[in-house]
Amino acid sequence: MTLALRRTSEWGPALAVFALGIAAWEGLTRGIGVEEFLLPPLSAILDTLQDNWDLIWSAGFFTLKEALGGFVLGATAAILIGLALARWRTVGRAFMPYAIAANAIPIIAFAPITNNWFGITSQASKMVIAAVLVFFPVLVNTLRGLTSVRPQQIELMRSYASGELEIFRRVRIPTALPYIFSGLKVGTVLAMIGAIVGDYFGGSQNSLGILIKRSAGIFDFKLAWAAILVASILGIAFYAAVATAERLTMRWNPSDRAN
Amino acid sequence: MSVVKLAGVHKEFAQGDVVALEDIDLEVQPGEFVSLIGPSGCGKSTLLRIVGDLIQPTGGSVVVNGKRAHQARVDRDYGIVFQDAVLFDWRTVEKNIALPLELTGWSRRRRAERVRELMELVELTGFERHHPWQLSGGMQQRVSIARALSFSPALLLMDEPFGALDEMTRERMNLELLRIWEQTGSTVIFVTHSIAEAVFLSDRVVVMSPRPGRITGIVGVDLPRPRASETRELPRYAELIRDVRRTLRRGGGLEEEGEDEEPLIVAEEGL
Repeated sequence: MTLALRRTSEWGPALAVFALGIAAWEGLTRGIGVEEFLLPPLSAILDTLQDNWDLIWSAGFFTLKEALGGFVLGATAAILIGLALARWRTVGRAFMPYAIAANAIPIIAFAPITNNWFGITSQASKMVIAAVLVFFPVLVNTLRGLTSVRPQQIELMRSYASGELEIFRRVRIPTALPYIFSGLKVGTVLAMIGAIVGDYFGGSQNSLGILIKRSAGIFDFKLAWAAILVASILGIAFYAAVATAERLTMRWNPSDRAN
Repeated sequence: MSVVKLAGVHKEFAQGDVVALEDIDLEVQPGEFVSLIGPSGCGKSTLLRIVGDLIQPTGGSVVVNGKRAHQARVDRDYGIVFQDAVLFDWRTVEKNIALPLELTGWSRRRRAERVRELMELVELTGFERHHPWQLSGGMQQRVSIARALSFSPALLLMDEPFGALDEMTRERMNLELLRIWEQTGSTVIFVTHSIAEAVFLSDRVVVMSPRPGRITGIVGVDLPRPRASETRELPRYAELIRDVRRTLRRGGGLEEEGEDEEPLIVAEEGL
């Protein structure tokens, strides 16, 4: 089978489910007359999206920027700290319990506080929320990756008289990359959640969270749904971008090649 | 001058005074093929790592290539092959082989030239751009051997390199290894738990016993070289296997009960 054909046969079933889902949604909402405030038909949502195109997308990109900022901030910090903790194990042992404890804190609850720190309409306050959410899964995955090197790989490098730094660069980091990327992929989703929920607690009029909250508040559920649709599209695109970066970075990845 | 000279080597592991090795004296001559054999727990792998300066002995002296073991490691005087090929998945076959050369700062051109020679030596030409997971176990181990030989070390340390391979691949790899050894003229210390393999490959078989790990005896192998599959059919081959087995039993390395005690034929202790 050619690659294109195989791709089609891989995607075929998923596409069929997608089409069926849309049809069921449309059919059920129109057919049995589900009230519009419960669940509007998809076509009505799409119409609303078209009518409010600029408003919704500009809110979408505003919030995406918050999510991206938080993602970069949280992921960078997590990778750097992960590297340091793996390099100096004692430091790792000293800090990990607190990192784990911190992870158990419902970070979203801090949104009003960060609003207070950075100003209620500032994007920085949402970035902080998103960053904190992204931080932990990336840190844990980075650490697990860096320490999942097999002992014989280390012995081999030591037989070449390699020092810790060289072992880090040549063995630990390449070994950790798949782990780091799976942390980053989880992080994209969390960053979007952080940014949108951060908006709920007070944000710019031009943000997705506020748009959803406000339109639901005035019973304009079609607009709320249209905004949610845009949030999903942006979230999926964000995830796909990181997944693509992963594929490009690790062309060697066996799981990709298995056919 | 011997390539490896161990005198009174002693190893105790810190936790719960376990004596891993006791009073090990061994000398390995240039170009010699020496096997270490013994049941698990006899410290043969530990001894190999002590020679490679990957584990520090508690006592005794370890001289490799006329230097202290540490200096020999820093000077990259030995190559090592493990039971697992320990290849890096993100590197192609040629880049795995070139890794040690990269670390020593060889130029790209010299590296490419050397890799080509090595690929020929281990008969993997054509697989340069493959990734390790695309190769069979035997091929992976050949890559690992090529990598260990990359900077033509005086000494090759092998820790049960064919232990994970099936019987047929293993016999073929034994022949390959002998061919490579004869071509490169390097000295080999080979850890194994297969008596037949040790006899087939070696000039001398060092038999070890467990708790504490010590040398029970050394069996000199006087089979003609070059050795081939037919070597396994020689009566002398069977005799030598019996000798190694008896020596193992004497050290408590074989579980079976000793029958009639025949005199042990332990040839040329030392050399």
